[in-house]
Amino acid sequence: MFSDFSRDERTFAFIILGGLVVAGLAMAIAGRGDILGTHGWMVFGLSLIALFGAIRQADRPEPSPERLLEYYDAPTRVGLVLTLIWGVIGMAAGFWVAALLAWPDMTFDVAWLSWGRLRPIHTSGVIFGFGGNALIATSFHVLQRTTRARLPDALSPWFVLLGYNLFCIIAASGYLMGLTQSKEYAEPEWYADIWLVVVWVVYFAIYMRTLARRKEPHIYVANWYYMAFILVVAILHIVNNLAVPVSFGSAKSYSLFAGVQDAMTQWWYGHNAVAFFLTAGFLGMMYYYLPKRANRPIFSYRMSIISFWGITFMYMWAGSHHLHYTALPHWVQTLGMAFSVVLLVPSWASAGNALLTLNGAWHKVRDDAVLRFMALAAIFYGITTFEGSFMAIRAVNSLSHYTDWTIGHVHAGALGWVAMITFGSLYSLVPSMFKRERIYSNTLVEVHFWLALAGTVIYVFAMWNSGVIQGLMWRTYDESGTLTYSFLDSLEAMHPYYIVRAFGGLLFLLGALTALFNVIMTIRMPAKVQPDTGMDLPAEPALQAGE
Amino acid sequence: MALKERDEFSGQVTTGHEWNGIKELNTPVPRLLWVFLSTMGLFAIGWTIMMPSWPGVSGYFRGLLGADQHEAVQQSLVEAEAERSIWSERLASEDLATLAADQSIMTAVRQTGPALFGDNCAGCHGYSATGNAGYPNIAEAPMMWGGDADTIAETIRIGINANHPETRYGQMLAFGRDQMLGSAEISALADYLVSMQGEKFLTPEENAAAQTLFADNCAGCHGEDARGMVETGAPNLTDAHWTYGDDRATIRQSIYNGRQGTMPAWEGRLSTAQIRLLALYVMDLRGDIP
Repeated sequence: MFSDFSRDERTFAFIILGGLVVAGLAMAIAGRGDILGTHGWMVFGLSLIALFGAIRQADRPEPSPERLLEYYDAPTRVGLVLTLIWGVIGMAAGFWVAALLAWPDMTFDVAWLSWGRLRPIHTSGVIFGFGGNALIATSFHVLQRTTRARLPDALSPWFVLLGYNLFCIIAASGYLMGLTQSKEYAEPEWYADIWLVVVWVVYFAIYMRTLARRKEPHIYVANWYYMAFILVVAILHIVNNLAVPVSFGSAKSYSLFAGVQDAMTQWWYGHNAVAFFLTAGFLGMMYYYLPKRANRPIFSYRMSIISFWGITFMYMWAGSHHLHYTALPHWVQTLGMAFSVVLLVPSWASAGNALLTLNGAWHKVRDDAVLRFMALAAIFYGITTFEGSFMAIRAVNSLSHYTDWTIGHVHAGALGWVAMITFGSLYSLVPSMFKRERIYSNTLVEVHFWLALAGTVIYVFAMWNSGVIQGLMWRTYDESGTLTYSFLDSLEAMHPYYIVRAFGGLLFLLGALTALFNVIMTIRMPAKVQPDTGMDLPAEPALQAGE
Repeated sequence: MALKERDEFSGQVTTGHEWNGIKELNTPVPRLLWVFLSTMGLFAIGWTIMMPSWPGVSGYFRGLLGADQHEAVQQSLVEAEAERSIWSERLASEDLATLAADQSIMTAVRQTGPALFGDNCAGCHGYSATGNAGYPNIAEAPMMWGGDADTIAETIRIGINANHPETRYGQMLAFGRDQMLGSAEISALADYLVSMQGEKFLTPEENAAAQTLFADNCAGCHGEDARGMVETGAPNLTDAHWTYGDDRATIRQSIYNGRQGTMPAWEGRLSTAQIRLLALYVMDLRGDIP
C-alpha cells in the first residue's frame, strides 16, 4: 500500500495518521471513564500501529511512473476480502440473534451477549460491513473500467476504505459496550457519525475527480447509481444524525428531533437507506457485472433512464409508510403510500431490464453459478419490490406491521437481492483482481449458490408464515368482543418458525463461509502465467499524480 | 467509437456507447411499462384525491371521502365497547356470586379471560397461573389474602406492596439480617419447617425448641398452626406450595433476609369490569366456580 504512494501522498498519510493519533488521545483524555475514552484509546492504538507501519516503509523507493498505465486495484482487492470477513461476522451474529429468539436463555446473563447489543452487530455488520465494503470495492473497479481513467490518486481510496472500516469497528465495538443512539441502522454515536461524513466526502470526491478525467464521452448507468448512492447516503446520514452531545467528553448525545418528527426523520432515513444503500448501490453493481458476465448488451438504455429517475425520485417520499396508523398525520401516510405504490414501476423496470439483458444468454445462467447468482438476485429484487409496494398499502400494513412479515420482507431483499448480487459480482471479480486464471473451485460456487438459495427460501417462508399468523392472532376477536389470543399465545405460535428461520440463516452463513474459503484458496493459487494482454488498461497514460 | 450496431439476437440497434465491452440496446420502452406506469400513477393520484393528502400552508387537503384516522379509531373503540357492554356493564356492577352463577357471563369470562390474563398476569404468575420462583401459584395454592371472588378482585385492584394508597401491605421480616434471631435459631426454624413436610426428622427436644421459637416469632403472622392468615397475607407453611422454594437453603434465606413480594395495583390500568372478570377467571381456574 505505502509503496504505491508518491512522496506527497506519503507526507499526507503521515499528517492524517498523526492527526488520528492526536484525535484518539484527545478522545481518550476528554472521555476518560466513558465509552468515548475507550474508543479514544482504540483510535489512538490503531492509528499509532498504522503510523509505525508507515514510518517503516517511508524510505521505500517512489512508485515507478509506469503504474499510471494501469488501473489502481489494490484497494478493491483488500475491500473484497474485507467484504467477506464482515459478511461472515454479520451473518454469524444474525444466526446467533435468530437462535436467541428461539432460545432466549442463551445470553448466559452476560451483558454484551444480550440480544439488544448483538442485533445491531448483525444489522450494521451485514449492511455497512458486508454491503458497504462490497460497494466501495466494486465502485472503485467499475468507476475505472467505465471511465477508462485511473483513480485520481493512491491515498484517497485507501483513506476511504480503511476510514470506513474504522467507522464499522467503532460502531460494532460501541454496540457491545451498550452504546447506541437508538435509531435503527443509525445506531453509532455522534463522533463516529462525524468521522463517517469526512470519509464519505472524500469518497464522493474520488468519484467526481475520476469522472472529470473520464475518457468515455458518456457516463455509464452503473455510475449514476453509485453516485446517487454516495450523494443521498451523505444527505440521509447527516440529517438523521443531527444531535447534540451531552459534552465533548461524553459518548452520549441527544437527537435534534423529538416525537413524531423524530420518527418521520428516522424512517425517511431508514427507508432511503434501503433505497440508496441497499438498492441504488447494488443496482450499480448489477448494471456492470451482470451484462459483463453474460456478455450481452443492456436490454434497453431507455428503460435504464426511466428506472433510474423513477427510483431516485420516488423513494425519497416513501419513508412514511413505516408509520402507518401512528401519531404521524394521516395525510403524510397517504402520500407515503401513494409514492410507494408507483415505485413498483421503476423497480420492476430495473429488474426487467436486468432479466431481459439475459435474453440470449440463458444457457449461461444454467451453466454458470456466478451468473445464476446475479439472475436470481434480479428475480428476488422484483419479488421484494412488489412485496414492499404491497405492504406499503395502508390496509395491508395494518396486518403486516410489527410482525415477522416485515423481517421476512427485509431478508427477501437482503439475502435474495443484496447478498446474491454481491456474491455474483465478487466471484466474477476475484480472479481478475488477483490475476488468477479462475476461481479456486467452481463446485464450491455451485454449493454456495444452493446453500444461499435454500437458506433464503427457508428463511423467507418461515417469516411469512410466522408474520401472517402473528398478525391474524393479534386481530382475532371472539363473540364476547375481546381478543382471542394473548401476546404469549402468539409467541408460542411463532416459536417453531423461529427455529426454522435460524436454520435458514445458518445455511446462508455456511454459504458465506464457503465463499470466504473459496476466495482465500483462489488468492493462494499461483498467479496467471500470461500477463494482461492490454485489454484491461486505462485509455492512455494518466497524468502524473499531483496533477 | 460511437458506432451503432445491430444486435443479432434481439434485432435491436445499440446506442453506440461502449464501456469496457458493455453496450446498450436502444430498445424502446415496452408499451406494457407505459400502461403499468399510467395505471399506478392514476391510482396514486386518485388515492390522494380520496384521502387526506396534499399539504398546504395552513392545513392539508382532507380528501373526498372525509377519512380521518383519529375519528376512525374513536369510532371503532366506541363500537367495540358497545359490543362488549352486554356483559361488561353487568360485570362492573352486579354481585360476583350472581355473576358466577350466570352461564352467559361465565362464557364471556372463559373467552376473554385467557388473553387478559396472558397479557397482564402471566408474566409473573405463568402462562397457566401456576406461578414462578418468587411469584405464587394462584391456580392451586391457597390464596394468601383470601380466595373468595370479592377479595381476589380487591387484591387485583389495589395490589400488594404496590403504589396505591389502599394497597395490601405485607412483609416477612429479615430475622437474621436485622439480628432478631441468631444463626442457630434460624437453622432450627428452617429444620422445623422442612420437617413439617416430612423430609427431615427432628428429635422431640429439637421439635419443642423450634415450636417455642415459632410461637414467639412467627405465629403472629403465620398463625399458631403455621397455616397462614389472610389478615396478614402470610402464607400457609404446612402445605406443598412455597412461593420462593421449599428447600432448606431457600427457607433459611427467607427467614434470614425476609421477603416482600410486590403485585402491582391494576386499578386505572384495567377497567373495573376487567378486574372483576379476572377475579372470576382465576376462581374458575381454581375450580371454585361450579
